[in-house]
Amino acid sequence: MNLSQYLLSILIWLPIAGGVVALAIGNDDELGSSRSSGMRFVSLGTSLLTFVISIGLYQGFDNGTSAMQFVERVSWIPSLDVWYYLGVDGISVPLILLTTFITPLVVIAGWDTIKVRPAQYFAAFLILEGLMIGVFCALDGLLFYVFWEAMLIPMFLIIGVWGGERRIYATIKFFLYTFLGSVLMLVAFIYLYGLTGSFDLFKFMNAPLGLLAQQLIFLAFLLAFAVKVPMWPVHTWLPDAHVEAPTGGSVILAAIMLKMGGYGFVRLSLPIVPDGSAYFANFVIALSLIAVVYIGFVALMQKDMKKLIAYSSIAHMGFVTLGFFLLWSITAETGTVLGISGGMVQMVSHGLISGALFLCVGVLYDRVHSRQIADYGGVANTMPVFAAFMVLFAMANAGLPGTSGFVGEFMVIIASFKANFWYAALAATTLVLGAAYTLWMIKRVVYGEVANDNVAKLEDLNRREFIVLAILAISVLLVGLWPAPLVDMMNVTIEDLVRQVGQSKL
Amino acid sequence: MLNYYLTIVLAPLAASVVAGLFGKQIGRAASHWITILAVGLSFALSMIVLKAFVIDGMQAENISVYTWAVTDGLRMEVGFLVDRLTALMMAVVTFVSFMVHIYTIGYMHDDPGYQRFFSYISLFTFSMLMLVMSNNFLQLFFGWEAVGLVSYLLIGFWYKRESAIFANLKAFIVNRVGDFGFILGIAAVVMFAGSLDYAEVFSKSNEIAAQEIVILGDTPWNAMTVVCILLFIGAMGKSAQAPLHVWLPDSMEGPTPISALIHAATMVTAGIFMVARMSPLFELSETALAVVLIIGAITAFFMGLLGIVQNDIKRVVAYSTLSQLGYMTVALGASAYSAAIFHLMTHAFFKALLFLAAGSVIIAMHHEQDIRKMGGVRKYMPITYWTALIGSLALIGFPGSAGFFSKDLLIEAIHESHWEGQGAVYWIAYLSVLLGVFVTALYSFRMFFLVFHGEERMDAETKSHLHETPWVVTVPLILLAIPSAIIGWYTVEPVLFGPFFDNALYETERHDVIARMAADWHGSAGLVTHAFQTPIFWLAAAGVLTAWFLYLKRPDIPDTIQQKATGLYNLLVNKYYMDDLYIKGFASWGRSFGNFLWRKGDELVIDGVLVNGTANAVGRLAGVLRQIQTGYLYTYAFAMIIGLTMLLSWLIWFR
Repeated sequence: MNLSQYLLSILIWLPIAGGVVALAIGNDDELGSSRSSGMRFVSLGTSLLTFVISIGLYQGFDNGTSAMQFVERVSWIPSLDVWYYLGVDGISVPLILLTTFITPLVVIAGWDTIKVRPAQYFAAFLILEGLMIGVFCALDGLLFYVFWEAMLIPMFLIIGVWGGERRIYATIKFFLYTFLGSVLMLVAFIYLYGLTGSFDLFKFMNAPLGLLAQQLIFLAFLLAFAVKVPMWPVHTWLPDAHVEAPTGGSVILAAIMLKMGGYGFVRLSLPIVPDGSAYFANFVIALSLIAVVYIGFVALMQKDMKKLIAYSSIAHMGFVTLGFFLLWSITAETGTVLGISGGMVQMVSHGLISGALFLCVGVLYDRVHSRQIADYGGVANTMPVFAAFMVLFAMANAGLPGTSGFVGEFMVIIASFKANFWYAALAATTLVLGAAYTLWMIKRVVYGEVANDNVAKLEDLNRREFIVLAILAISVLLVGLWPAPLVDMMNVTIEDLVRQVGQSKL
Repeated sequence: MLNYYLTIVLAPLAASVVAGLFGKQIGRAASHWITILAVGLSFALSMIVLKAFVIDGMQAENISVYTWAVTDGLRMEVGFLVDRLTALMMAVVTFVSFMVHIYTIGYMHDDPGYQRFFSYISLFTFSMLMLVMSNNFLQLFFGWEAVGLVSYLLIGFWYKRESAIFANLKAFIVNRVGDFGFILGIAAVVMFAGSLDYAEVFSKSNEIAAQEIVILGDTPWNAMTVVCILLFIGAMGKSAQAPLHVWLPDSMEGPTPISALIHAATMVTAGIFMVARMSPLFELSETALAVVLIIGAITAFFMGLLGIVQNDIKRVVAYSTLSQLGYMTVALGASAYSAAIFHLMTHAFFKALLFLAAGSVIIAMHHEQDIRKMGGVRKYMPITYWTALIGSLALIGFPGSAGFFSKDLLIEAIHESHWEGQGAVYWIAYLSVLLGVFVTALYSFRMFFLVFHGEERMDAETKSHLHETPWVVTVPLILLAIPSAIIGWYTVEPVLFGPFFDNALYETERHDVIARMAADWHGSAGLVTHAFQTPIFWLAAAGVLTAWFLYLKRPDIPDTIQQKATGLYNLLVNKYYMDDLYIKGFASWGRSFGNFLWRKGDELVIDGVLVNGTANAVGRLAGVLRQIQTGYLYTYAFAMIIGLTMLLSWLIWFR
């Protein structure tokens, strides 16, 4: 039996199985007991093993073709012609790798900080990991939808059980927002099913569709994905969800779940309804630019560190949607691929940076139990190593060249200049705004005299925290200094996508 | 020579990483040794590279090191373009950096952040070398931002000081405003030339100049003008040109060695270097050159004036730096690129010298920086005194000194740079740099006299400890004083009139002012003897005399002037109210706007009305509908009867 034939299934189901095992081992609130450690090691082991297997995916992946690879296709519901249909190409592999990379870090980060129901906590993350990988692999609409919605459940629990004071408000808001969007996506799927008699995404892509149908389907998709990204003005669930979520939840939410929206645009919207996308492209660009500028100003005024990073996420994700929808405004021969690659790189990079920043806030929160900027000041005096990491990630967030944060922004700005001077000019305001809100926070939190007794009592990073942040720091620098492997992985797929989207269905 | 280039760049980086990550483990001495050796190695190899060009006649090398990423036909690479311009910059950067590294041992002796400091300045050396050695716009931007990062870290080196962390945030954000233009400029280059590689872009410069772009309304702009002005906005940030100059004086919050290295000799000249490097582009847009000229002229003159009213020894030198950067910019605008780079080089030596001398005084004065509390330091610190005198003379362009050759010829070049269609811009520029000579001499010697001569105004405690600083401080002073005094003699001819820059810099024939000046060139000695017949010398002399008269002979007069001309004095002391405009204007407006969008946009409209509003509306509607569900049988029966009646009526009437 050749295991690589089932690689994607293993990546999906291994973490889910590990999660179930962790649940079965069960809760043992005594930290350090053999059962409790066993459960933790099962969780860590599973997530690490998944990561190792995903390296096999990276090595086995052929950059030279845009065809789906590692395809698995088994009939699931024959009467409806629904298939368990998996496959990956250059836009899904980077996101799968991001998922398998971040999850072990989240497990390590929650190692001994989670005191309540730890088994369920770790299980939720493992199951979530499997479901998220499922979204990135699914090539059957119904399967995609099942993973897409199932993903909400563990996240709902993570925020609802281990969250902060207003967690109920945040979870309901999170759930209703995202659910409302995705239900419309289901409607669109059912319409397309009626047309093609199948949920096969490739049949959707080849389905002949009139302009009106395309416009409506696009709007349905837009709502589903815009909420996830999130785009202005359907973003207000994110700051609340982040503030209330436990550190690990925030990390996964920012690093991976937001990417679902971006992924949906390139996987579904652009190829299935190219003319609908073209029709609304300027609208999406406008929303993206509003996100960059408007949210940049809003982020400036945040008093809560997590809220600040959440708003910064929205602004950074604006680059993703901007890059994706430049396609029709660029009349030059080149630039369209650059925009989409830039958006994709920005997604990966944002996953690393926002994840790292949320972990940094988590480190402080674990010690002081406050996320308020005003409760800190002069942290560098007592936590110099932590301060170095935080400044590095802040600089990455501000898009400093040499860090991953620069790569995507640079590519998108260059591409958008080709579309319209003002697109680029508005997008480039992030250089000023991003630096202003991130570094102003750094000034108030990290620098200065020791502000109060809590800060005076702070202890620097322990080994566990150091490892997690160091791994992220290295990856942020690596992507920033040499993004070629990442970009090469996606190039052919994106070039093919641009060709496909360029052909009108009308 | 790729191995040489790689070693030059990577040695400081490796040293920085070691000192930064393992500084605690290896200790202070090891940290300074490893960084000093690394930068010393870079300096030695840079000299070999320079020699290879000057003596062995090596040709420019354009080498790609690795491919950063390729997508959409756009190659993004890391590589080196080493030509004579680069070689000169490398020599200057590594030399000054080497001196500053040694000096730091003395200056930062008691500082708890000793290793961190060495790590930062080595990282700076790496970044600056990446910037000057780049062969493409991507790496240029990397170096550009990396030096900005190190500048940020070093201005805020003493991170407990509120003023320092305010200054570093300000510096970074103001620089980012410049970078906003810069990155758009790079995007424009990619759009019009389809490449990030210098050589390729330059080869297509005529194609760029032939294109147009509509930005606002219907007026088409020449693409080259747009490219150059956008790039120049970046230079305005980094090289602190008005109105983006406000960060540089505040950057003096950083330790003095970095004021010398970063905020005088090297980083702030990155903008000058960049424009010179882009000379094949700027040459094709006279509009852009006029912008460069006028911005430089404003900076040169008006920033010099501010130097006269400063009382902080470092701030005087900082304003002097602003003004001198203005001079270089003016030269760029006049197409006298080699004159600008020549002044950049001499300025790097004498300004680093002046800063380090100021730092030497500051150490001796126990970190007192107010020149009103100094005076008569000359007899306590002879080495500092004489080296500072050499630096000051070079700064004002005393005949024979390094600054004389560069400044005299720079002004001469601007004088010559009169071409058709330039109009008033030319006269503004020429008069600014000419009057600037007087101003420069005035503020320089005001400071010099107040610090080293006259009455001893320090308190007895300080005076009792006052003595010359240790050798690690004075040796760099001497080593910098030597080039400040004499380097002009030997280098002016090859650099300006000779073959030195070869084809590293480009001037169109119409703009080739240096070639026109070459006709009147009769050697260094000739220029020195000629100097006494020029207005430049007499203006400088008048400046020194005025300073002497006002601050040594009749120290009561400045106070009287200050009281009589309060309006002017306040204008200068408040730096033309630019800081107020930015901080109380833009920054506070930005915060209010952010607050407005957050409270009104997000919380009130989106969340309040749309999200929770919808939820509440659904809730209320449900509340109303719930009233119908009374649970009594008769209500339901009644509803059934009404429903049935309506249904039947509809069937009867409409069917």
